[in-house]
Amino acid sequence: MIADKTLSSVSRRALLTGGVATGFLLAFHLPLRAAVNEPVQPRDATDGKFAPNAFIRIDETGHTVLIMPQVEMGQGTYTSISAVLAEELDADWAKVEVQHAPPNDKLYGNPTFGLQVTGNSNSIRAWWTPLRKAGATARAMLVQAAAAEWQVEPASCTASKGEVTHAASGRKLAYGALAQAAQGQTPPKDVVLKDPKDFVYIGQPLKRLDTPDKVNGKTVYGIDAILPGMKIATVATCPVFGGKVGKVDDSAAMKVPGVRKVVVLDDTVAVIGDHMWAAKKGLEAVKIEWNEGPHAKLTTKDIWQDLRAASAKDGAVAKSTGDIAKGLASGDKFEAAYELPFLAHASMEPINATVHVKPDSCEIWTGTQIMTRVQSEAAKAAGLPVDKVIVNNHLLGGGFGRKLEPDMVITAVKIAKQVDYPIKVIWTREEDIQHDVYRPVYRDQITASLVDGKVAAWKYKVAGSAVVARWLPPAFQKGIDIDAVDAAVDAPYDFANFHVEYVRAEPPAVPTGFWRGVGPNNNVFAVECAMDELARKAGKDPVEFRRSMLTKNPRMLAVLNHAAEKAGWGQPLPARVGRGVCVQPSFETFIATIVEAEIDDIGEIALRRVTSVVDTGIAVNPDTVKAQIEGGLIFGLTAALYGEITIEKGRVQQSNFHDYRMMRINETPKIEVIVVKSGEAPGGIGEAGVNAGPPALRNAIYAATGVALRRLPIDRKALAVGKKA
Amino acid sequence: MSGVMRILASLVVIAIVAVALGVWYIRGPGPLDFAGGTKVALADYRAGKPTGVPASLEKASLVERGEWLAKAADCMVCHTKPGEKEYSGGLGFKLPFGMLYSTNITPDKETGIGNYSDQDFLNAVRRGKRHDGARLYPAMPYASYAYMTDEDVLAVKAYLFSLPPVRAKAPENTLSFPFNQRWAMIFWSAVFNPDTRFTPDTSKSPEWNRGAYLAEALAHCGECHTPRNLGFALDNRKKFAGAITAGWRAFNISSDKATGLGNWRDQDLISYLSLGHAAGHGSASGPMGEAVDHSFSQFAPEDIRAIVVYLRSVPPQPSPDLPAVTAPAAPASHRDGVTADARGKRVFASACVSCHGWSGESPMSPMATLTGTWAVNDPAAINVAQIVLSGTKRHTPDGALSMPAFGNAYTDDEIAAVANYVTARFGTEGSKLTAKDVAELREQTAE
Amino acid sequence: MATTLTINGERKTLDAPPEMPLLWVLRDILGMTGTKFGCGIAQCGACTVHVDGKAVRSCVLPVSAVENRAITTVEAVGNTPAGAKVQKAWLDLEVIQCGYCQSGQIMAAAALLAATPNPDDSDIDAAMAGNICRCGTYVRIREAIKQAASGRQS
Repeated sequence: MIADKTLSSVSRRALLTGGVATGFLLAFHLPLRAAVNEPVQPRDATDGKFAPNAFIRIDETGHTVLIMPQVEMGQGTYTSISAVLAEELDADWAKVEVQHAPPNDKLYGNPTFGLQVTGNSNSIRAWWTPLRKAGATARAMLVQAAAAEWQVEPASCTASKGEVTHAASGRKLAYGALAQAAQGQTPPKDVVLKDPKDFVYIGQPLKRLDTPDKVNGKTVYGIDAILPGMKIATVATCPVFGGKVGKVDDSAAMKVPGVRKVVVLDDTVAVIGDHMWAAKKGLEAVKIEWNEGPHAKLTTKDIWQDLRAASAKDGAVAKSTGDIAKGLASGDKFEAAYELPFLAHASMEPINATVHVKPDSCEIWTGTQIMTRVQSEAAKAAGLPVDKVIVNNHLLGGGFGRKLEPDMVITAVKIAKQVDYPIKVIWTREEDIQHDVYRPVYRDQITASLVDGKVAAWKYKVAGSAVVARWLPPAFQKGIDIDAVDAAVDAPYDFANFHVEYVRAEPPAVPTGFWRGVGPNNNVFAVECAMDELARKAGKDPVEFRRSMLTKNPRMLAVLNHAAEKAGWGQPLPARVGRGVCVQPSFETFIATIVEAEIDDIGEIALRRVTSVVDTGIAVNPDTVKAQIEGGLIFGLTAALYGEITIEKGRVQQSNFHDYRMMRINETPKIEVIVVKSGEAPGGIGEAGVNAGPPALRNAIYAATGVALRRLPIDRKALAVGKKA
Repeated sequence: MSGVMRILASLVVIAIVAVALGVWYIRGPGPLDFAGGTKVALADYRAGKPTGVPASLEKASLVERGEWLAKAADCMVCHTKPGEKEYSGGLGFKLPFGMLYSTNITPDKETGIGNYSDQDFLNAVRRGKRHDGARLYPAMPYASYAYMTDEDVLAVKAYLFSLPPVRAKAPENTLSFPFNQRWAMIFWSAVFNPDTRFTPDTSKSPEWNRGAYLAEALAHCGECHTPRNLGFALDNRKKFAGAITAGWRAFNISSDKATGLGNWRDQDLISYLSLGHAAGHGSASGPMGEAVDHSFSQFAPEDIRAIVVYLRSVPPQPSPDLPAVTAPAAPASHRDGVTADARGKRVFASACVSCHGWSGESPMSPMATLTGTWAVNDPAAINVAQIVLSGTKRHTPDGALSMPAFGNAYTDDEIAAVANYVTARFGTEGSKLTAKDVAELREQTAE
Repeated sequence: MATTLTINGERKTLDAPPEMPLLWVLRDILGMTGTKFGCGIAQCGACTVHVDGKAVRSCVLPVSAVENRAITTVEAVGNTPAGAKVQKAWLDLEVIQCGYCQSGQIMAAAALLAATPNPDDSDIDAAMAGNICRCGTYVRIREAIKQAASGRQS
């Protein structure tokens, strides 16, 4: 089960009421309660418990609490992290319960970022070794405690499923019985980690811990928080980027039954009501005059013009091997530019935050990918010291990078400061889409030369927003956004002369941020589209062409060969049906994807089949890996088919799912994902599928129609019969 | 007179007679000529008061009366650009020969009508003549407003002058030659706007006369529902037979039993006009939705009844392209009923069925029921395509009821396909719209 | 205005404006948060509940329209045979990722199975295309509906 309170402010009682574990599945099927309805609990105490580190708590009953440094937003990380910890701990999986970690960078900061953040497909990659060590250390201490009790050598004892056994004497002690004694043991300096062949949890398709409460509505997402005396607010932010509130007339709004208060912030008007309906009706009734500010004429057309101009400039060199000038001077030259639009995240749970500001404290209930940043930003907004801010994290109804931003919490704190009761602020879908932090527009230029049917020189210039410079300034060095060029510098192919540049180009006023797939979602698209065009130029089959340059990349080559075979690459297809391929090594995961699509006479696209072969190293939970690729593919294909945020008069033109369109079940093809066995360290998986879909689909369209699309979303009009690129 | 002169003179006479006959023919009957009764000057009519505000407002101030009359004449919808200040103009009308923008009628002296005298205002509203002498295009229905009394027009003026002035200059029209020649409207007015006030008909009931004044002088029903002649004026030989205006089909509102209002019960008409919805007949959307929200919904019940009485008297005009009987509800299962157009079905399943149901009987609200509506029974599917493109937002007593505009995320092909599917499934005959037709409909819709 | 609703077999009397959508009555007045807000315009299906056994979008359904009708929400759909089968198949096949849309998906699937015990792909498309899943669990949803219908085990 998953407790819906963070560790710092929850009692055992809150966790244990509701049922008794009676079996493997039922153990995780305890109803999640709306713990937020309860009065504040005393701080969690480690007294009487085995608490060897920040991640493990075992009480005298053997109940094992694992504390999650990463957040669960659907990617399955709670189950996978638990499996990693439980593996080396040799815990009894049936007694495992997981809890959200409280905000604490020191204890729970992602080792790669030094910050308590969930993103960049980094959870398992970054925590793989630290958590195994944490589990193994705890196990060693439990074994030491048992050995001391029995007065035998620890080496003569073994642990399994929450018990220590001394085989020679046949004695056994359960972890619960050892908890107190283990707490007094000195942790060993160098623990030995298991040989992967001995894994019992890792590599198994363990049932997810979070799903039983998701089939019956019991899971409490941030938007579901309920507190005594709580009111609900909804907001309207100036529709023009950078604009402010001018005049507000709330007289009609205050007459709407159930409306309690109208709060005016710098750029936002909030209406507080007894329920969302009152708040919404009230907001509709507020007469607001906006000061639209300097961006009232901004259009995406202008932004594209600026970006194209910027991408004509020389950039900062991110990587250069061989001699690019010389390489490009000979052979058959190729040049193309690929353009990607602004995108909104549109997670199914619209952004929200519940806040109770008291004179000397501030408590927050939300679902966020950045616990500590939410805490520090809330403290600033509330004018309180950081330690007076309590953040209760919740399971996220989708994150996709949107919840790497604290803006919704800051706004909610500002509203909550003006009342003395708890307030839940819910953004309507329209506000969520029109005040997102958007995936930036990118323009990717690739110049290459072909010699003897292979790429002899490859120059790749990425132009776009530097999200890293805003989000993690110390990581922005020498003018290079390491995220924007992530999979550009890390191309899978063997190119003798290789050169990557980056031009920072920020759109005026439009906030840009991380979006599932992150930087590689521009790189993989550009690289794999260019590779297909180069293959055609070289007169080669796209798979064959790639193979010839993957000889030094055996993992990549292996998944490509496997995917080609599974997808029936090379087998004849009807007219206007094509297969397209994409290979990518991003997030230390190697994926080859083949999309088969049919394009009808008027340019409508039917996805027939998608095949992905994945080498992610050790797959902690192979079923989760499969699910992430399946879902990621649909996320990426949705963007390729429909995704585009446009701006006119400084305003986002899209507003809800009728004009920011999503793929649906009746458009979804057969998807086959094969996870190959591997002994390598685990790679990242949440982002990877997203990046595979768009280039593979685009290349399938190229094969079916001959039209070489260079922009997303796909322009279906350009694909009608008779249209040629 | 010499022979030549005589011949010339007779040619001139013949020409004048020919032009006069031509004018007479093309002008056709006036809007109320169908009634054929005895007309008397308003001042001599004693049976009731067909003009002005309803009895309940008789004692109200001039400004309040003007406000009601402005709503009854539905001034605001055309003179307000969505998102801008009321009556500040700037709403664009896409015409085949360019864009025409409505004017600012707030009392701003520079950009509005702040400098208009009473006579200026009367001239503009009833004769299409601006303060500076320039002519208005008949997109402004001055030929209908010509029926209004001085008192009513000036009450509207008093109301408009009570509003805060808004500085807002409408964009320049982009009409092409010869349509950009405003002076030519002098001739149009001379032919098509007799500029005569409403004259009651003593052979009809006071209720009918009130209805006639409301429908003709104020609500200007004919401007959308009566087909136009070669001169873009109303062809009252086919009064209320239905027409296409601003890309939407205004259906037949003559008393024809099959394709007009002949078979609508009084309560249906009353409900449709006052709420924008009648059970079994669908909901008003597009321009009629606006007319209900901003105008008819404000009418007193006795005025709505008067309009119904009047509408009943308009001679039947069949619409041969509409079916005599609308289609019954479609089967409850997606499997039954029409199977053609897989693409249309896919779009319908994704974006439409949640509100409209597979049967066409909405599981959400009777206002979203498709069964029985003219829109889905129109084999041209014009309004179906339009509403899918641009959506609707209606203000009903139960709160706003809206349908989102799908035009920005769905292609012309998809919209044509779903319109064809919807008319085939819920109407009597499937439409055959193409992407090109949808593209043209997008063009015709007002900004 | 006092309104009496029958939700999951229980009669509840509450005060709500007649035009208030059922979604907000459930969530904000009754504290039943299993039914989710996703779009507010019946385009995503996250708010799906059953009214007299049929799947409807509660975000646009005025509460006045459902008085004296049987409302079932995800909290109790497991008490119906179709709902229980769907929930089991959902867990057996690990359909769920973030889970936010799944209340609606499960309600739509349960209504489908109750009306069409052996749905084929076209029935699934017709019943489920109105439900958006941003995590992209559609492949497993289709499979789980078929499994729930056949009763076979994974």
